[in-house]
Amino acid sequence: MSDPTPTSPDTPAAPPTADEIYRRICALIEPFNKKGVAVTPQTTFAGDLDLDSLNVMDLVAAIEDEFDIILPINRLPDLETVQQVADEVASILKG
Amino acid sequence: MDLFSKFDDLIAERAAVLGNGGADPFELVMDEVVSATEAVVDGRPIILAGTYNYMGMTFDPDVIAAGHDALDRFGSGTTGSRVLNGTYAGHKLLEQRLADFYGTAHAMVFSTGYQANLGICSTLAGKGDYILLDADCHASIYDGCAMGSADIVRFRHNNAEDLARRLRRLPAEAGKLVVLEGVYSMLGDRAPLADLVRVAKDAGAMVLVDEAHAMGFIGERGRGVTEAEGVEDQVDFIVGTFSKSVGTVGGYCVSNHPKFEVLRLVCRPYMFTASLPPSVVATAAESIRLIQTRGADKRQQLWDNSRRLHGALSAAGFQLGTERPESAIIAVVLPDLETAIAMWQALLDAGVYVNVARPPATPFGMVLLRCSLCAAHRPDQIDAIVAAFLHAAEAAKLDLSGTRRADAAE
Ligand SMILES: Cc1ncc(COP(=O)(O)O)c(C=O)c1O
Repeated sequence: MSDPTPTSPDTPAAPPTADEIYRRICALIEPFNKKGVAVTPQTTFAGDLDLDSLNVMDLVAAIEDEFDIILPINRLPDLETVQQVADEVASILKG
Repeated sequence: MDLFSKFDDLIAERAAVLGNGGADPFELVMDEVVSATEAVVDGRPIILAGTYNYMGMTFDPDVIAAGHDALDRFGSGTTGSRVLNGTYAGHKLLEQRLADFYGTAHAMVFSTGYQANLGICSTLAGKGDYILLDADCHASIYDGCAMGSADIVRFRHNNAEDLARRLRRLPAEAGKLVVLEGVYSMLGDRAPLADLVRVAKDAGAMVLVDEAHAMGFIGERGRGVTEAEGVEDQVDFIVGTFSKSVGTVGGYCVSNHPKFEVLRLVCRPYMFTASLPPSVVATAAESIRLIQTRGADKRQQLWDNSRRLHGALSAAGFQLGTERPESAIIAVVLPDLETAIAMWQALLDAGVYVNVARPPATPFGMVLLRCSLCAAHRPDQIDAIVAAFLHAAEAAKLDLSGTRRADAAE
């Protein structure tokens, strides 16, 4: 807790590529993909994946922890598809 | 396009669940209320075991006398906002009582607890600030967050490590408000406030604790989990309601922040609504005074009741929201909404009223029958509640054997 060093030694030097971000998000979606939908960049969370608001928030927490970022829940209404979330994550990682 | 089409699924689900012609849990009418623990529904007496009337103040003779007196002297309503013509001497006295009760410098009374959260959360944190809220926070906190312009970050329920991780990701210089509850109303579980508050303070955040379900009951003086966990000097804002232990309606926020009073000029849910009627204000003030001066015995009775109900229901094999009784809320976890409604109806037939709780209000998509106990419940009423649950489980063919075996194996 009191360790002041902000970066951990295993932080990768280069940020993940857009493709890698997309693939890692797809992997996080799998446990929530109860209907076994084939996920594409255009897949929607509420419509295609049929996630309710609680599932969505759990998925957000998983994405935050995977990329060590904050994805404020007030920004979610604009993020309907997997690609939109991947783009948002990429833009947050760029800072 | 009919604007109501979006509700079609919900309408169909309700029709299906209520197909047996039983009463609707969300449209029950109390024809008479006899005491803090008894009412009459459809001509039959029922035990109230789902009212949040923790301290049983609703029929206290001194509380009622205070209400009558204020009604006679100040009329039926204020017809105005707190910042215009709606602040009477009684409102100021009530705020003083709250400040005395909590030992704080400031207290601000709202027309409901919902509005207190709406107002405080939306006003304190603005653009560029962050609110970090526990995932299981009440709808009024989520709505207050949605109403403001701060960025909203949710952390895993009661998980100090998860909160710390999220706080670390925020810009050091940004304003941060951590919002917690003392007792969570769905499962009746308590927050590990000492841990959570330490993490928040280490990150330079301000802390707000909603003590709606703990005020009156928890803590040596009934100030809530904040008091019980010894973190009163580190919590910046406490929000609460008069609609539970206090036994009337209204909400409040107390604080020691030197600039707190400015909120009266900027907090829209405080300004743009009428103030509480004088009779309500007087009953709240008297009730808080009585909780402060004579609350200890009631707290003891309420703990006895909570332990008695929790012990009997878990011994009978029901799955409960907490392993041990942590508050005056005892939640029975059920497999699905159909079972919950069938059991709720059987409980009512057996003369017991409890709450049905379902997603999205509940965590993990759980369906619950929730009991909230009152200090005024007698032991025989608790036993009657347990007997009604057993009868209802049988009527709804709920299998209690699995959990009982698990308990026996402990
Ligand atoms: C945690 C919590 N906060 C606030 C409220 C709102 O209180 P009120 O009934 O005064 O609007 C409630 C009650 O439903 C609650 O459970």
